[in-house]
Amino acid sequence: MTAPSAQTYWDALRGVADPEIPVVNIVEMGMVRSIDIFKHSEIGEHGVRVRFTPTFSGCPALHVIRQGITDALAAAGADAVTVENVFSPPWTTDDITPEARAKLETYGIAPPAPNGESSLFMTLEPEAVRCPRCGSFDTRITASFGSALCKRMYVCQACKEPFEGMKSV
Amino acid sequence: MTETTEIMTETLILTEALKTALIARFTALADDEITLSHRVAEWTGHAPLLEEDIALANIAQDELGHGTLWLGLRAALDGSNADALAYHRDASEYRNAPLTELPKGDWAFTMMRQYLFDAWEVLWLDTARQSSYVPLAEAAAQALREEKFHLQHTALWVERLALGTPKSTHRMQDALNQLWAYALGLFDPLPGEADAVAAGLLPDVTALQARWLGLVRGHLEGVGLSIPSASELSASPLPYSRSQHTEHLAPLLADFQRVAREFPESQVW
Repeated sequence: MTAPSAQTYWDALRGVADPEIPVVNIVEMGMVRSIDIFKHSEIGEHGVRVRFTPTFSGCPALHVIRQGITDALAAAGADAVTVENVFSPPWTTDDITPEARAKLETYGIAPPAPNGESSLFMTLEPEAVRCPRCGSFDTRITASFGSALCKRMYVCQACKEPFEGMKSV
Repeated sequence: MTETTEIMTETLILTEALKTALIARFTALADDEITLSHRVAEWTGHAPLLEEDIALANIAQDELGHGTLWLGLRAALDGSNADALAYHRDASEYRNAPLTELPKGDWAFTMMRQYLFDAWEVLWLDTARQSSYVPLAEAAAQALREEKFHLQHTALWVERLALGTPKSTHRMQDALNQLWAYALGLFDPLPGEADAVAAGLLPDVTALQARWLGLVRGHLEGVGLSIPSASELSASPLPYSRSQHTEHLAPLLADFQRVAREFPESQVW
């Protein structure tokens, strides 16, 4: 068979959903740093190495994502896949694409505010968080932690609805 | 700048002694995270508020994630296995500070301990970002982003309870009195660490202690709590250290390691 192109592999990776937030994929969340293709090498006829950046180090979804990467690339024609963790530079919510931010908002999760240069002792979000339902900025944090390591809880004081927002890291 | 850093990394030669010091520090860090994570997770289903139940579960999960990071760094140096280290070492082989093994106590005790620990960890990580050992610098940068949320959360709880009712103030003061000497134990240098500090590989814990004292003293005294005096501390020094544990560690590990030891062949639980 002809060797799958880099584009084929990238498209396959765009099919791997974030297990915690299935409306977005791992590429648009900024978790895939690069892919390298090895043809006729010792690792395989169609080998691929993925450089992957974990989001939160304790996130249990990471195992699922790594498996998802391997499965998706195998389905796209790779016969040997290695997933390498890359910690530098660390993943930041600034790596999330505008398209993914829009998807998060439609899904009911307020996208993270720009992180910028983080100070040692993080205070409140530098920018007000917008309610993903009614669009009001009149919102407040109700809990600093939520249903996943990447999220926290808010309530909208305009429409009174509680909602989740992504932490800005 | 970048070029200089790369050159330094390339010429950094890890002698056996330096490697041993790094392994010892990564083990101590991992053991702190694992044991504290277990204590925090004991609140799951029992915290006074649902939101706090969730917050503590998150914090426990983060700390366990950091434990995995440190054991990963250790594995890169000595080929050890993280699960084997976590689940198959006995209390006498654990190198956590006794602070992290103490029973969870009441809510005030839990928040005070977590606050004192988070402040130590944030400062340690902040300094370790400059380590000349690149894998450590990278892991520290990653963990620091998560740890800041803990400190922000527990600092608020310390403030809220210290300034709350006479009962909550009393409990916070009580917790501080019990925990202070244990918290200072976090800053005991590890044997053989001095050369690794001099080589820029590891943070100098003695210098960190001064920064930590400045931070927590200001916060605690600012909300009306009093820190035990040096004379009170020297009157009854703690007989415990990272290699001399309290009677509380063995039962903690018995609980934490039980499934892994009962089913040593299992891969997924």
